[in-house]
Amino acid sequence: MIRVESVYKSFRDNEVLRDINITFEPGKTNLIIGRSGAGKTVLLKIIVGLLSPTKGKVWYDQIDFFALDKRQKRAIRMEVGMLFQGSALFDSMTVEENIRFPMDMFTTKTRKEKDKRVNYCLERVDLEGVNKKYPSELSGGMQKRVGIARSIVLNPKYLLCDEPNSGLDPKTAILIDELISSITKEFHMTTIVNTHDMNSVMAIGESISLLYMGELAWSGNNEEVLGTQNEILRDFVFASPFLQKVRDFHFDS
Amino acid sequence: MIANLFAELGRYVIWLRQVFSRPENWSMYWRETMRQMNEIGIGSLIIVFLISVFMGAVMAVQISYQLGGQLIPRYYVGYLVRDITIIELAPTITCLVLAGKVGSNMAAEIGGMRQKEHLDAMEIMGVNTAAFVVMPKIIAAVCVVPLLVAVAAAFSMGGAFVASVPTGLFTVAEYVEGVRAFFEPYNFFIMFVKAFVFAYILASISSYQGFFVKSGSIELGKASTRAVVFSNIGILLADYLIAILLTQ
Repeated sequence: MIRVESVYKSFRDNEVLRDINITFEPGKTNLIIGRSGAGKTVLLKIIVGLLSPTKGKVWYDQIDFFALDKRQKRAIRMEVGMLFQGSALFDSMTVEENIRFPMDMFTTKTRKEKDKRVNYCLERVDLEGVNKKYPSELSGGMQKRVGIARSIVLNPKYLLCDEPNSGLDPKTAILIDELISSITKEFHMTTIVNTHDMNSVMAIGESISLLYMGELAWSGNNEEVLGTQNEILRDFVFASPFLQKVRDFHFDS
Repeated sequence: MIANLFAELGRYVIWLRQVFSRPENWSMYWRETMRQMNEIGIGSLIIVFLISVFMGAVMAVQISYQLGGQLIPRYYVGYLVRDITIIELAPTITCLVLAGKVGSNMAAEIGGMRQKEHLDAMEIMGVNTAAFVVMPKIIAAVCVVPLLVAVAAAFSMGGAFVASVPTGLFTVAEYVEGVRAFFEPYNFFIMFVKAFVFAYILASISSYQGFFVKSGSIELGKASTRAVVFSNIGILLADYLIAILLTQ
């Protein structure tokens, strides 16, 4: 479980986050949604410790993350897998070297054990046979899947994904969503996905937090989205005429 | 401006503490250091060869021109080429050129990693990014650059020979006599001290510029330029200080 408690964040005079309180539960795909500039990425970076909050706390189970020293923070981070918007695969390494990197760095496993684990992770994301390829030889969707494989290689307790669907076609985006959701269930991880993709919201949003201008404007799940009376959520979700028609059809029927 | 300079200096010193902290995994650092040695050493051989050969050739021709018609023996050309090369030109010119080639490359590589979130990804894995990305570069530079400087000194004297003997500026015997005359082994010590210090300066300043790059390709270009400019200033300043310390 990850809990964000009364988090504030300012960059000089610009207050980006105000009094954010959210609990992200294990075994569920927790979504942070909101328009561009709402503070989603800043919140995710605070959760993972790349930024410090101006005020407030982040709890990993019962541990106050920002009260830890550097070494203890590193220990927590080793339990976190993160998928970046641009995948953040190391260009100079092959796919298998990328996935093996956390194991090379922090484990004493033999080469054979590492290779077995790499192959398992690649199999898990449906990407067998690309071990020796470089990231530049893969499509965007494949890079995202390699990113997921790398983020789960050390069996993390927490999985954080920053806009995993950006730049992907709708079909590939759905595959990535399904993959994140199934991995979350399988390993009972606490997964946080930062997105503004409405397909993701409706497909895998078991717990959704809407950020609006740095504040938590709404929280609930995907079943509650369609019938919401919250103006901010309605403006966000039904921004396109197509989705407005879907909503009208939903209520008419 | 002075306050900014001190702030930057303070950040550099604090960052160096991170860079030289204990590695999480020695074998990974070793592998990365070897890769960097190959990149800096083998990757720079051609440019070092070209520069040093022409440096020696030009020096021999110009010294011959300046000493021509005077009562100074011609073997002095070899002697002057040797000492100027060893004490000053091989370490300084080689490192100024390497600051342009290797330094800008380091800044761009690390800056690119910062912008493409590679450093964030490593940080989240629990890696001390300053140490893992920068320390191997600095260690590789301080090991390999002195060797490149020694090679440059040898090529430079070879260049002087090739440019002068076949064209009749002086004979083989005169050149060899000059190169062997008044030999002072201490000058090699000065050359290696300079090479070692310059290598550290160019690797650490360039990596620092890349490590703290902001987003955008313009910023990356600026960081790369700053890496070269500040490394060059640092090298020339250190050159002067070492000259005072080791020759007075």
